[in-house]
Amino acid sequence: MIKKITALAAMGAFLAAPAMAADKVKIGFVTTITTPAGVIGQDMVDAVNLAMEDIGGKMAGLDVELIIEDDGFKPPVGKQKVDKLVKKDKVDFIGGFIWSHVLLAAKKPALDSGTFLISSNAGPSQLAGKQCDKNFFSTSWQNDQTPMAMGEVLNQNGVKSVYVMAPNYAAGKNMIAGVERTFKGKIAGRDLTKWGKDAQLDFSAELAKAKASGAEALWVFYPGKAGGALIKQYEQAGLRDTMPLYTVFTVDSIALPKLQAGNLQGVLGSRNTQHWGPDLDNPQNKKFVAGFKKKYGHYPSFYAAQSYDTIFLIKSAVEAVNGDLSNKDGIRAAMKKADFPSTRGKFSYGNNHFPIQNFYLREVVADADGVWTTKIVSTVLENHQDPYAADCKM
Amino acid sequence: MDWGLFTIQMLNGVQLGVLLFLLAAGLTLVFGIMDFVNLAHGSLYMMGAYFCATLVQLTDSFVLGVILALPLTALLGWLVELIVVRALYTHDHLDHVLATFGLILCFDTAVDFIWGPTGMAIPLPEILDSHIDLMGGHTFPVFRILIICTGLAVAGFLYVMVAHTRIGMLIRAGASNRTMVMALGVDIGKLFALVFAVGAALAGLAGMLIAPITEASIGMGNEIIIVAFVVIIIGGIGSIKGAFVAAMLVGLIDTMGRSFLDQLLKIFMSSESAETSAPALSAMAIYILMAMVLAFRPQGLFPPKVR
Repeated sequence: MIKKITALAAMGAFLAAPAMAADKVKIGFVTTITTPAGVIGQDMVDAVNLAMEDIGGKMAGLDVELIIEDDGFKPPVGKQKVDKLVKKDKVDFIGGFIWSHVLLAAKKPALDSGTFLISSNAGPSQLAGKQCDKNFFSTSWQNDQTPMAMGEVLNQNGVKSVYVMAPNYAAGKNMIAGVERTFKGKIAGRDLTKWGKDAQLDFSAELAKAKASGAEALWVFYPGKAGGALIKQYEQAGLRDTMPLYTVFTVDSIALPKLQAGNLQGVLGSRNTQHWGPDLDNPQNKKFVAGFKKKYGHYPSFYAAQSYDTIFLIKSAVEAVNGDLSNKDGIRAAMKKADFPSTRGKFSYGNNHFPIQNFYLREVVADADGVWTTKIVSTVLENHQDPYAADCKM
Repeated sequence: MDWGLFTIQMLNGVQLGVLLFLLAAGLTLVFGIMDFVNLAHGSLYMMGAYFCATLVQLTDSFVLGVILALPLTALLGWLVELIVVRALYTHDHLDHVLATFGLILCFDTAVDFIWGPTGMAIPLPEILDSHIDLMGGHTFPVFRILIICTGLAVAGFLYVMVAHTRIGMLIRAGASNRTMVMALGVDIGKLFALVFAVGAALAGLAGMLIAPITEASIGMGNEIIIVAFVVIIIGGIGSIKGAFVAAMLVGLIDTMGRSFLDQLLKIFMSSESAETSAPALSAMAIYILMAMVLAFRPQGLFPPKVR
């Protein structure tokens, strides 16, 4: 009995000791490393590692410790990992999150404990609206915004009817809601397809329905490997001549090298909307894209750009409080200013801590070396705020 | 009712069906004849796709890639049988599941190691990459027609082999009563190795045919193998005919569910909930069919004759 008590006391003392002084900044980063979607997670981790190199591994003179966790594309696993980061590692910030459904499941343990949570990609409507939180920030966008920009592009191109396809999960529904919000024509049909670890990749039935609907255009949201598969099948079904393809988050620098290796010429010239592009002209973006290409040998994706921004956002806040990590109010106020060099250029935060930013129309082109990439054509939405901000009482 | 669309969707269903049949044929033979549960059958499907993708990039020809990748996948199947599976025949099913699950992890890691995590696209020659026009302005991709033809040809070949050759007779005998075949002096070890290698080649062929549509990626077999098991349970374990009929049923039910279920549901629920629940329901439909078969005819639709 006595032995047990002394052991407990010793353990207590051991656990209490490191909490005394914050001698380093601890950042947890949750993304998908395994499953085929791990390609996206790898791009994000690469960008975070590059950012760590670029800041010399230090913020306000403190060492930075990075703990990377894999959510396995599953909401419950994401939640367990956040739980672990909060309780065991006692991190100060948690970044990452590709998937909206994973973020929605995983946010609670972080926000309940007062840990800062930064989404480097997912932008579910819930977190932008009623469930907004003072300690949640986004370095990406709210899900509806990018398709809203695409809806405008459809209007500008005089498209009268469109068939929409997206995966059946939180972000897929937000994306469809987004395009329907701004598109003035008729939605000829909608398809939500199975998503997750065993996502549907063969879209034969859906493409046949789209064709039969007689819509003037096809709009899709298929991130990751499903995007490449969809574009290939769109080509094979001969829809290119009759139904132009408009995409969001489908044709990116993860899909393009594979499409180029498969010589799917049809994707050249196709257009998508985004808040960022590798050719966006600002010093931070130039440094990031050049550094990323030098280190990893290919273009960074928007996932990478947002992850890179995440580290710089945290750095700006840690420096604003001179490394005093117990000053949560100071950190929050500093993050809210968005006073850091972002790859998208200058932007501001709305009341719900989602960026108010520009959205651009991009076209797929071959660069000077013949590598397929995207080029910004025009600005579709300027300083755009998401439609859910009004529901956020903050 | 748009009959043109209905025809297209039937074709899509048949195409999915023949693909499942290619996968299920080997699985049902290995399960039926050797009484061996092979979860790693899906890995052979994946390896076929990767072999083919690599060979297509090397030779610049899809047809040549497939022709060369087929014996390579068969060889891989033969090696797997020789090194891992052979030692497990006398063990029970749980050991099979454990060992072949381990094989899945080995194959997935090996692919990650050799080809990287990004997956590979398989470019098709122009003639296969196009589409044909059907009545009523509908189109159908040429490559999917090729899949259907290949699948039907393989089914025909397997039918002739199983029903009309000496090897087929032994296979049927093995599926009915293994001990008796052994007692009659047949080298059952050789027969098993042959069946396993042919099954691997067929699974590989399925992988080679799907990869130009989706792509070769890690774990691609782990998703479809579950459906392949559903197919062989519905069809009756050990029966090629059962596998064919069940694969067609499953392919058609899945595709038709994805095509028309949302419209059907819209009759009695709001369009938003119909659109959300239709994909979930159509994904469930094949499992409901399996449950019904297990309840009313647990031996499957066409079980091999036993004793």
